[in-house]
This record gives sequence, C-alpha cells and structure tokens, in this order.
Amino acid sequence: MKTNRAVRTPGGLSVRLDVRALTVVVLLLLAALTASVVLIGTGDFPIPAADVLRTLVGDGNAGQEFIVTELRLPRVLVGLLVGASLGLGGALFQSISRNPLGSPDVLGLGQGATAGALTMIVLFSGSAAQVALGALVGGLVTGFAIYVLAWKRGVHGYRLVLVGIGVSAIVTAVNGYLLTKSDIVDAARAVVWMTGSLDGRDWNQVWPLLALCAVLVPLVLVNSRGLRMMEMGDDVSYALGVRVERVRLLLMLSAVLLTASATAAAGPVGFVALTAPQLARRLTRSPGPNLVPAMVMGAALLVTADWLSQRAFGAGQLPVGVVTGVLGGVYLLWLLVTERRAGRI
Amino acid sequence: MNTATVTTTAGGGPNHRRSTVNRLSAENVTLAYDQRVIAEQLSVEIPDNSFTVIVGPNACGKSTLLRALSRMLKPSEGRVLLDGQAIQSMPAKKVARTLGLLPQSSIAPDGITVGDLVGRGRYPHQGLLRQWSAEDERVVQESMAHTGVAELAERYVDELSGGQRQRVWIAMALAQQTPLLLLDEPTTYLDIQHQIDVLDLCADLHEEQGRTLVAVLHDLNHAARYATHLIALRGGKVIAQGAPNDIVTAELVEEVFGLRCQVIDDPETGTPLIVPAARRARAGAGRGDRAEKVGAGTIR
Repeated sequence: MKTNRAVRTPGGLSVRLDVRALTVVVLLLLAALTASVVLIGTGDFPIPAADVLRTLVGDGNAGQEFIVTELRLPRVLVGLLVGASLGLGGALFQSISRNPLGSPDVLGLGQGATAGALTMIVLFSGSAAQVALGALVGGLVTGFAIYVLAWKRGVHGYRLVLVGIGVSAIVTAVNGYLLTKSDIVDAARAVVWMTGSLDGRDWNQVWPLLALCAVLVPLVLVNSRGLRMMEMGDDVSYALGVRVERVRLLLMLSAVLLTASATAAAGPVGFVALTAPQLARRLTRSPGPNLVPAMVMGAALLVTADWLSQRAFGAGQLPVGVVTGVLGGVYLLWLLVTERRAGRI
Repeated sequence: MNTATVTTTAGGGPNHRRSTVNRLSAENVTLAYDQRVIAEQLSVEIPDNSFTVIVGPNACGKSTLLRALSRMLKPSEGRVLLDGQAIQSMPAKKVARTLGLLPQSSIAPDGITVGDLVGRGRYPHQGLLRQWSAEDERVVQESMAHTGVAELAERYVDELSGGQRQRVWIAMALAQQTPLLLLDEPTTYLDIQHQIDVLDLCADLHEEQGRTLVAVLHDLNHAARYATHLIALRGGKVIAQGAPNDIVTAELVEEVFGLRCQVIDDPETGTPLIVPAARRARAGAGRGDRAEKVGAGTIR
C-alpha cells in the first residue's frame, strides 16, 4: 500500500515515485521488448532470438539484416507505437470521463477513423497514404463532434460516454452504407483494413507515428498532475488551482490525435485502448490515471497479440485486430458484469 | 446592525483599494446560470478573521454566492476581489494558495488512501520538479492530526463512514494551507453528532489558526451559534448582515424564511436560538398577508 517514495535534492527539487508502478512499468517494458524480439524472429524464415539481437545491434549477416531491418523491425515498431498510443489514449479518455467504459473504442473514434478510411477506399480508390490520412481526419472530426455534442459547462463522464455511443452508432451506419456502395475489390480491401492489421507496415508508417508520440507523450505527461486532481471532480480541482477546462481540452485533443493516428497506421485495432489502462491499473493498484503503465501495457499487449495472430493458428495468419477483438470482447463482458455488481452501471 | 462591514461601492474604480479593505469581497456581481439570474447587483464583504456563515431559504443564491467567491462561477457582471485584484484574472494556483474551497460534490478516486487524498491538497504548492517536499509531508501530517484522521492514513477512503470522510476532505482543504477557507454545506448528510463535530472543528480552525472561514449552512440555529458574522440572503439580496446577537430577531427570520418564530437565548451559549411558532399559532392569527407576501417572494 505505502509504495510512494519521495526523492529530494538539496536544491529543493523533489520527485515522487510510486515504487510499485515503476516496477510494473519496467517489467511490462521488458515483456514488450522480449515479445518484439520473438516476433522479429517469427515468420517464413525463422531467426533465433540471439541472431535477432545481433542483427539489431548491427552485427548480423546480410540476409538476416534485410529481413530484420527492412521487413520485420518496422512492423514491430509500428505495433509498439500503435499499442502505446492506444494505451495512452485510452487511459486519457477513461480518466477524463471517470469511467472505464469511456474509451475510444466505445466512444466511436475507431468507427470515425474507419469512416474516413472507407471514404478514401470506396469513393476515391485512394493509396495507402491517402487512406491513412482519411482515417486520421475521420478520427479527428469524430473526436471534435463528440466534444461539441457532450459540451455543457464542461464535459462530464456519463454524458461523454452516452454521446460517444450515439455517435458511434451513426458512424457505423455510415460505414455500412459505404461498404454496400463499394465494388468487390474495394470491399475486400476495406474489410481487411477494418479488422486492423500490421501486415506490410514499413518505415513510412514508423516515422510519423514516432514523431507524433515524441511530441504528445511529454505534453501529456507534463499535464498529468492536473488530470490526477480532476479525478476528484471539477470543483475540487478548480479549488486546487487546476485550469480544468484547458487541461481537459488539451488532453482530449492529444488522446484523439494519438488514437486517430494509431488507427490510421494499423486500422481500428479493437479493445487495446479499453483494456490496457484497466489491466495496468490492476497491476499498479494505484489510483490516478496510470498513464505510463497503460502506455507500456498497450505496447506489450499489441505486440503479443500480433505474435499470437501469426503463430496461434498454424500457417493461416490472422489480422491482429481479430485477436485483440476476441480477447477484448471477453474483457468487456467481464467489465460490464463487475461494474454492474459494483452498482456503477 | 453591524455597519462596519456594509459595502460602499466606489463605482468600480480601477485603483486597488487595499489595506483597510477586507481580503475577499464581491462587488456588484450579477450571478446567473445560462439565462437564469440568481442574484443581481449583489455586494458582500467577508470580514477578515471572521467565521462568516451565509444563510437563507432554498434557492436564495447562497451556494451560488459561495461559488462566485471561490471563482467557480464567473459573475456575468461585477467582480469578486481577492486582495484587491479581480479573482478571475489571477493565476489559478496563486488563488489556490490563498483561498480554499470544500465543495458539496467531490469524488474519492477508486482505491485511494486517506493519506494520499489529503496529500493532493498540496497541489497548488507543488510543481513538476517540486512534487513532494519535506514541507508537504509535514503539512499533510499536521492536517490529518488536526482533523483527527491521522490514524486512518493508510485506510481506503471508500471504507470510511460519512463523518470520517468529511473530516478527510476537510483535512485535504487544510493541507492547502489557505488563510481563507470556503465550505459549501459541510454538514449536509451527517447526523447531528457529526454535524456538531464538523462545526467544532471549523470553530477551532477559526479561533486557533486564525483562518477566515465562510460556510453555507442550512441550520439557522447552528449558524447563529457558530458564526461570528452572519449574512442572511433572500432572493439574491442581502437582507441583513452582522453578528448573530445583533441581527437575529423574530422579524428577520420571518422576513428571510417566511417563518413565524420566537428567538430566545440559547441556554448553552447565549446566542440566539430560533424556536418556530406552533403550527396552530402560525395557521391561526390574522397575519397571513405578510407571510403570503414573503412566501410569494421566495418562490422562484
């Protein structure tokens, strides 16, 4: 229980560390990296983990070098970044809405991004980059719509969730309409995109995601102390000197950007944003938004799910979205049951 | 009537009128939620070092006034002054180091311990690189000791009784170390023993630590007993203000609450004690016209 330690310097600076949370983060990070190495070694040409590591530090043979750095490393990096973005975005949304159901999956951001991507695929037969852009724009527009519709003297938990579910339903209908309008080739492409997959991801997806995370993650973490206060209600956090509306707008925008760009890179990989924060929280057992643990948990989850999707079903590979969808669906049911028992729904 | 605190509005001059003026005041404020106006041209001064209690019937605007004083609600006209400056234009954390608020609704995050929650009251004194100083630690311990929750420090807030929980929230507000503390109905939902308990604690804070307290209370007798300065509101207007012994009369209670009563001396403290007239006496005698008028005035 008492796991907080304060580290102080003579100059009056002090940092508060939650030892348990820190341990969880380190262990999850190790798990994510291990899964990444295993995943890089997995495929039609299996490479032993030792060789993968040797190649990564620039010490492998030419054939392995090509397979690792050109084919499999970018895919794994996209997986890690997408997982981290979804985990962080989910943790932000759940904390802002003060509700474990207030995650981007449930709020319809994934559907919004899908609508953008489908528009590009079906109406314009766009390139992969255009589809990604469409997804990004779709996600942002949906996030904006939810924020405007849920706005009433500040965005509040249930209101946000309910508005999100409504928006989600509408956008799903639009997506269905777009699919029926499409010819068979576009429809097949659309369905693959909609499941969420890391197949064929290369360095072109890595760099934009990495750049975005490099900007947003520090921004979010600097504001996380205010978010922690906002868990106690708007009034208490105002009284403590948090500029509630500003922090909330900034963090919601960051969360929407993170989620939408992750979706643009890998398609709507379901349920990572919903489950990662809650799993992380159960491990750290600490109140507060648990942002970093959720982020690392998301990365670990996604890479592990990608490995499962490649290995669990023999030769026939599954898109990673199927695996996270199945696991996340079970989790959602469990969450609904426990929330109901606790009288929160 | 205590005339020392009656506000004279100087036409809202731009100069900071400090020194002789009280630290917290509202100047000709109009308070409204969307289009619904709660109070117009309301001016109130909170005397320094007082335990001020705001009373009035339901929907008279007392909680709204408290929200405005604590900058939760931005007045649509006029301004609230803290140390001579418009409170809305001051840096949020600076205000939070001067003025604390215990709101009616607050949420204890899942799985938070008492010590952790009280520690969050230190937020306005902290920064990115000053997250938990020795001073923070000391003030949190002190606040918990003062409110009698020190031995609960490791317990989860969810497991506490209502009375204990209210003490924990007060401890959090204390940890904020503000010379001014505003409390919005701190005794609601508590049984009589815990109500007195919380009010005694407030009186201690006022007398021993010299903090200026402003509370909204429902119970007029509690207000009369504990307040050093009483503000009676009705329909968004100050009907009377001053020391309870000076202003609480049967006429005032009837004017503010529309209730006929006797005011006697509290046998314990000598403060005014309100005893509502018996039902028959209120229904009978031919003073219906006045009660009716007041009644109509209070329904909004």
